[in-house]
Amino acid sequence: MSEARTLDATLPVHGQGRIGTPWWGMLCLIATEGILFAYLIFAYAYLGSQGAGDWPPGGAPALKLALPATVLLVGSSFVLEWGKRAARAGRLAHSRWAVGITLLMGAAFAALEFREWTNKPFSLSSDSYGSIYFLLTGTHLAHVVIGLIGLAVMFAWGLAGKLGQGHEQHRALITLYWHFVDVVWLFVFVTVYLSPRLT
Amino acid sequence: MATIASDLPRDGVVADRGTLAPASPNPPDLAARLEDIWKETPGVRGWFSTVDHKVIGIRYMITAFVFLLVGGLEALTMRVQLAQPDARVLTPEQYNQLFSMHGVTMIFLYALPMLSGFSNYLWPLLLGSRDMAFPRLNALSYWLFLAAGVFLYISFPLGAAPDGGWFDYVPNAGREYSPGPNIDVYALGLIFLGISTTVGSANFVVTLLRMRAPGLSINRLPIIVWGTLTASVANLFAVPAVSLACLMLWLDRNYGTNFFHVQGGGQPLLWQHLFWMFGHPWVYAIVLPAMGLVSDALPVHCRRPLVGYTPVAMGTVFTMVIGFGVWLHHMFASGIPVLALSFFSAASFIITIPSAIAVFAWIATIHTGRVKFTVPFLYFAGFVLLFVMGGVSGILTASLALDWQLTDTYFVVAHLHYVLLGINVFPVIGAIYHWFPKMTGRMLPERLGRWTFATMFIGFNLAFFPMHWLGLTGMPRRVWTYGAQMGWGTANLIVSIGAFLFALGFVLFLLNLWQGLRRGAIAGPNPWDAPTLEWSMSSPPPLYNYAVIPIVASRHPLWEDRLDEVGDRTTFDRGFLLDNGKETLGVSPLDGEPAVILKMPQDSLLPVSLAIALLVLFCALLVHQALLAGIALLALLVVLVMWFQPHPSPIESERVRMYE
Amino acid sequence: MKLRRALLIGLPVLLAGCTRRPMGYLEGAAGPASIPVQRLGNGFVAIACAVVLIILAMLLLAIANGRRATREQGGVVRSGTHGLAWIYWGIGVSTPVLVAMTLWNFVVTREVSAAPAYLPVDVEITAHRWWWEMRYRATPASDMITTANELVIPTGAPVRLRLTSADVIHDFWVPKLGPKMDMEPGQWNTTWLEADRPGVYFGQCAEYCGLEHAKMGLRVVALGPAQYAAWQRGMRQPAPASATRGAQVFIASCSGCHTVRGTDAGGILGPDLTHVASRGTLAAGLLPNTPAGRLRWLSATQQVKPGAQMPQVALDQADLAAVAGYLGSLR
Repeated sequence: MSEARTLDATLPVHGQGRIGTPWWGMLCLIATEGILFAYLIFAYAYLGSQGAGDWPPGGAPALKLALPATVLLVGSSFVLEWGKRAARAGRLAHSRWAVGITLLMGAAFAALEFREWTNKPFSLSSDSYGSIYFLLTGTHLAHVVIGLIGLAVMFAWGLAGKLGQGHEQHRALITLYWHFVDVVWLFVFVTVYLSPRLT
Repeated sequence: MATIASDLPRDGVVADRGTLAPASPNPPDLAARLEDIWKETPGVRGWFSTVDHKVIGIRYMITAFVFLLVGGLEALTMRVQLAQPDARVLTPEQYNQLFSMHGVTMIFLYALPMLSGFSNYLWPLLLGSRDMAFPRLNALSYWLFLAAGVFLYISFPLGAAPDGGWFDYVPNAGREYSPGPNIDVYALGLIFLGISTTVGSANFVVTLLRMRAPGLSINRLPIIVWGTLTASVANLFAVPAVSLACLMLWLDRNYGTNFFHVQGGGQPLLWQHLFWMFGHPWVYAIVLPAMGLVSDALPVHCRRPLVGYTPVAMGTVFTMVIGFGVWLHHMFASGIPVLALSFFSAASFIITIPSAIAVFAWIATIHTGRVKFTVPFLYFAGFVLLFVMGGVSGILTASLALDWQLTDTYFVVAHLHYVLLGINVFPVIGAIYHWFPKMTGRMLPERLGRWTFATMFIGFNLAFFPMHWLGLTGMPRRVWTYGAQMGWGTANLIVSIGAFLFALGFVLFLLNLWQGLRRGAIAGPNPWDAPTLEWSMSSPPPLYNYAVIPIVASRHPLWEDRLDEVGDRTTFDRGFLLDNGKETLGVSPLDGEPAVILKMPQDSLLPVSLAIALLVLFCALLVHQALLAGIALLALLVVLVMWFQPHPSPIESERVRMYE
Repeated sequence: MKLRRALLIGLPVLLAGCTRRPMGYLEGAAGPASIPVQRLGNGFVAIACAVVLIILAMLLLAIANGRRATREQGGVVRSGTHGLAWIYWGIGVSTPVLVAMTLWNFVVTREVSAAPAYLPVDVEITAHRWWWEMRYRATPASDMITTANELVIPTGAPVRLRLTSADVIHDFWVPKLGPKMDMEPGQWNTTWLEADRPGVYFGQCAEYCGLEHAKMGLRVVALGPAQYAAWQRGMRQPAPASATRGAQVFIASCSGCHTVRGTDAGGILGPDLTHVASRGTLAAGLLPNTPAGRLRWLSATQQVKPGAQMPQVALDQADLAAVAGYLGSLR
């Protein structure tokens, strides 16, 4: 006669704090957003190759602000990764610091981007280069801003004591997303700032 | 074990089905406990907050079907105008809005959502799970679909429906030549709908990877799962192209950007590239799951497993992969160098081969099986013929030189309707007959069903076959009228008559549904004596699907005894019980080994709230209200923060609850 | 004059009546850019019909066999045998046929897309929202011919077409003479065609271009060499000076959009009307170019072609008739 029983054996429980299906969901998000940037870079290349005249029309964009911005963003990924591992090892205060520092570095990246934007001699509507430059960097910046909001919320939850050691999943997701934003920036950087210098 | 007399009475009314016991056990004490755990919130709040995949799946299907009928009415109106040369039933402006919305409705608001609905309903049942991986996200994908459909359709009564075709080529769709809000509705609406598609696709992919019964390895998955998985992966990679194109179009129209605007250095063909990079994979996404439905249901009515499971599954994947490499065949006449176009022409020929595998598999299954002329069988057999007809007209359009005559004529209209109606609608209707008993516990009427099939099949061919001839004699597409001297009048009249006959078929189908719901015979757990897991439980299934998670041993769990397969049998009466709250099992991706317990969320109003916030956002963007858009974004943020609230006390592991 | 007018108006009417399917391309193809495709098209259609009939036969045979099995064995569930052979044979037979079709397609594509080395006639065609502007290149530049909606070409000579658009994407398509080619703003797409025999060939815009895409028709008139030369000479003449009431009203009301060389009318928004009476049709293939047709176009413009860029001109009946008469004199 069959009956319900509770075994002594256990299975891990995911989906409440440990890494579970949402991590795979984040991978799907990264796949779809990543290909979005591939299409953006395709559009950049298409407009450049099909149009008449130089591309970029004003010559390669300066690295003066973009290079430090890149260093900041890449560096912030290392910081956040370190923080995630610190939390796993139980050092929650360190992980909170890591989130805060990442937030600041990311915000600095955004500030440098804005500065670069305002310095440009062209605008969104000047010509096709202006349009694709601002859309490509702007789409990336929007993803950065979304990440910053996520980090800010994480920071607030951390201060409020809502994130314990068992909340590995939240940290894993935001870290994965932030790495994605970082890697995408490298592609954008190579496309916009380095590729004109190669030809 | 439950077996049913394998001969179905001719009239489809079977006695005593309701008393037969389902294969999957559901004893009263377990049922009571699980019902209490999985119970739905009652009332209006429950209606808006449900996360049950079965409810969401049926909602998807009903909503998609409503859009199908609306799109059909649009088509009938066009056919009245086109029945005679030089007719003035419609103005050109009205006609252009109608044909544009007909395309948008059918391709975006019917075709994929209907298949998403089937998959949403069936997947957890087929996979031996209690729900999808992300139940709240599932609800969200439905609410977003509904909201986007509403957004696109509010434009109609305002006389501002998109009128640039479903494909909206620039510069015609640019601000200069389409000054009204019509194309803005289109661009924003497609971006909106794209969010629903993306979210739904991610849900399917993750569900397949993690949420299966033990033993359900990757080579035991039903073909519908292969089809929807392929389509979902493809959508993750294809939808961003059209979202980007629409964003660029909206920016060009409203903020003076120059992506497509020639005077500013833009490239009109960029729109076409991005659109078709999405568009071609999309048309495979809206037929491969339907082919999967046939591959799973047809064998039941042939009383044997599908011939060539592996070739068919691989063919599904290969078709989609090649499908990413043919998009330029929509642009053969655009002046791109012939060498480049030739590669895409060759790929368009080659893509026939993996599709043909499935055709021969189905014919072989029929030939080597024991055929029952049930209504689903009629639809599936008819579908095979329509598939081949659509496929060969596709081969003609794959030819670069011939396509230079065929493209933009009614030949392509014939081809696309044979493939889209033939490979999506006919299988869907057949699948509804097949799975209606499972969803509602009642059978659909057999005799009326046969008349309905005959009406639809004859009406469809009468409506669309003459279009091949119209295209070969040069009738262009997207024309609101044509001259009498062209010689197209008679054929167009036949087409219009056929269209109305086909529509009558749908009226009969609605009558079928009504009769089935009101006085259909009680179905019982397995009225067709089918092999897969969803037929192992009561009809309709319990809220929690499985009281005991089965342990799967083959592709055909309920036929194992009769197929003489050497090896283990699927176990239904012992397995994971998992009744410590709303739980289901997570497994390893390839082999289906039990790995984790996954906690499922309670009913929630967050999905519908998110959808409403996005609807407000898109409306604000449409009418350029920055403040309203800002408020909507803020609301969005609040909902997302609530959605991802950390659990106050997460547990690391749990003692397993079994039934044995 | 009279003979030419008779030919140029009578011919299209006559031949249009003769051709029951003026836009069909599987019969009546009349040039080296279209005849190979006609053969290919007929061949592919035959193969397609054969494939469908064979698969239909297989399907019916399969159903019959399946029904027989049911009668003999009931609805028993059993794994079948030899099923996979269907797939192997099916793919095995289909693939060579497919490959052969692909190769044939490539042969014809090369044949049709490669323009001959020497093209004596060179025409720039600019598509507008819902009419066609044609400029025949020539040296000296004074020999250039500008016309609209009707492309006159000599038989037996390949014609280069340089295609662009002044607004949205259109598509040049004359099925019996050659393949389609899109006409895109800011870009020149080049194609070619040739007519083997004299006649009037119908065409139509084949890319959705807005409100009146349906009414953007086209005529290609192929003339024998001597007649073509005579046509050229006539087209190069400016319009004769005229002091009729019709001419005066035309200058006053129509010259803002239309050009008649030899008069003060120099507008470039609409078709060139210098030799409008020599064309077979009006309004891009919509109306016959007869006195009645001209009057109808002038007096009911927006009824004939709702949304056309030409507004309904506000003139009384007498003036409309006068202008129609004047236009009739512009041969």
